[in-house]
Amino acid sequence: MIDIQNVSKSFVLQNQGSAVISVIEGGNLKVAAGECVGLIGASGSGKSTLMRMIYGNYLTQSGVIKVGDLDVANAAPREIINLRRKVLGYVSQFLRVVPRVATLDVVAEPMLQIGVSKNEAYDKARSLLWRLSIPETLWGLSPMTFSGGEQQRVNIARGFANDYPAMLLDEPTASLDGENKENVLSLIEEAKARGTAIVGIFHDEAARDRVCDRQVDVTKFTPIKTA
Amino acid sequence: MTPLLEVKRISKMYGSRIGCSNVGFDLYPGEVLGIVGESGSGKSTVLNCLAGHLEADTGSVVFDTRVDGPKDTFTMSEPERRMLGRTDWAFVHQHARDGLRMGVSAGGNVGERLMAVGARHFGDIRQQAIDWLGRVEIPENRIDDRPTTFSGGMQQRLQIARNLVTGPRLVFMDEPTGGLDVSVQARLLDLLRELVRELGLSAIIVTHDLAVVRLLADRLMVMKDGHVVETGLTDQVLDDPQHEYTQLLVSSVLQV
Repeated sequence: MIDIQNVSKSFVLQNQGSAVISVIEGGNLKVAAGECVGLIGASGSGKSTLMRMIYGNYLTQSGVIKVGDLDVANAAPREIINLRRKVLGYVSQFLRVVPRVATLDVVAEPMLQIGVSKNEAYDKARSLLWRLSIPETLWGLSPMTFSGGEQQRVNIARGFANDYPAMLLDEPTASLDGENKENVLSLIEEAKARGTAIVGIFHDEAARDRVCDRQVDVTKFTPIKTA
Repeated sequence: MTPLLEVKRISKMYGSRIGCSNVGFDLYPGEVLGIVGESGSGKSTVLNCLAGHLEADTGSVVFDTRVDGPKDTFTMSEPERRMLGRTDWAFVHQHARDGLRMGVSAGGNVGERLMAVGARHFGDIRQQAIDWLGRVEIPENRIDDRPTTFSGGMQQRLQIARNLVTGPRLVFMDEPTGGLDVSVQARLLDLLRELVRELGLSAIIVTHDLAVVRLLADRLMVMKDGHVVETGLTDQVLDDPQHEYTQLLVSSVLQV
């Protein structure tokens, strides 16, 4: 489902003497349908960078990143937008929403976007929020006022609203307590059972061992730093 | 799929000064394009050339019309272009009073655009006006009040209702949330997003507010000194800017 071949990424800081920071070189990764691959490596080794390259919000200098039939590394913006709506889901570490929009609407939006009926979308949004133990009294409020853990769960509910064939999870269980972590892990397991290909970053080892079929250390893609 | 709007090599000079130079892009149905840049970068010049408010020196703007398919709006006859401006196109001005008739009631402002496309039944027009005022959250009992009695945020929402009542397919917006306080801005952003989704509108939004484009625009075009310096997917341009100027712009935003 996801097939990454020989990708490289560097940042050029134009305003700081055109400093070039090379982050990834010769990156390769294959993820089959129903498989979950955990990215590991020290902080700063390029886990999130690789994830963002797959999602298309970081440009890729060279190589191929196939998600389904589309090569994200060389796709037009319009193709990537379409991919994100229907094929590729992403749960980021932080929730980004229009201020003052109710939680229920935030969760239903990705479904409405692809033409799911209002009834169906809101039913599913309610069941996800209920499952992630967001109290019903909060559904009508904007998630911007919520605690960190609650925001994270709203973000997850939104991310799992559509059944995407591929998903990227950036620390989905960070800042969650035992029971909520359990709920999120079971959502991930169900997605895998449906055949979703997942790339995830989990700092929590127990969580990683439970849902990941294998682990890839991104440090091996890190170029040797010369001073 | 045919693009809704095909813009090719638009240039506009103000005497010897560059307004905009060699601007081109395709806009597809349902897509929202943001144009950002500092004041004087040429973003409003581009918008006004596209909408036909300014005559570009060179270039072409081809719009996929409902009846005749793709047509160049620069070479179109004046009546044809005016018809387009009343039906398939809408223009939301930064200052609501530029887009509203201040001496006419709120209902009249909305109804006027309907009458311009041939509506004549008073009851229907009023009903549609009430319907649209409701959608932009203006209470029905304000329908006979003039926009001069409205707050800035209400005026802006009235302008949007007036523009969208005829079901346009393309909306030009010049700093639609500029000059509004943040709480009103948020509500307007939510409204615009919902309308874009429900009506399948395409829109071109000019703004200097990066937070606004992140929430509204699918694609982004960054302008400086009349030139387009960078284009791409909105979050890609904001998260991984390539051009020197975009990097400066993105890193200059104050964090709240």
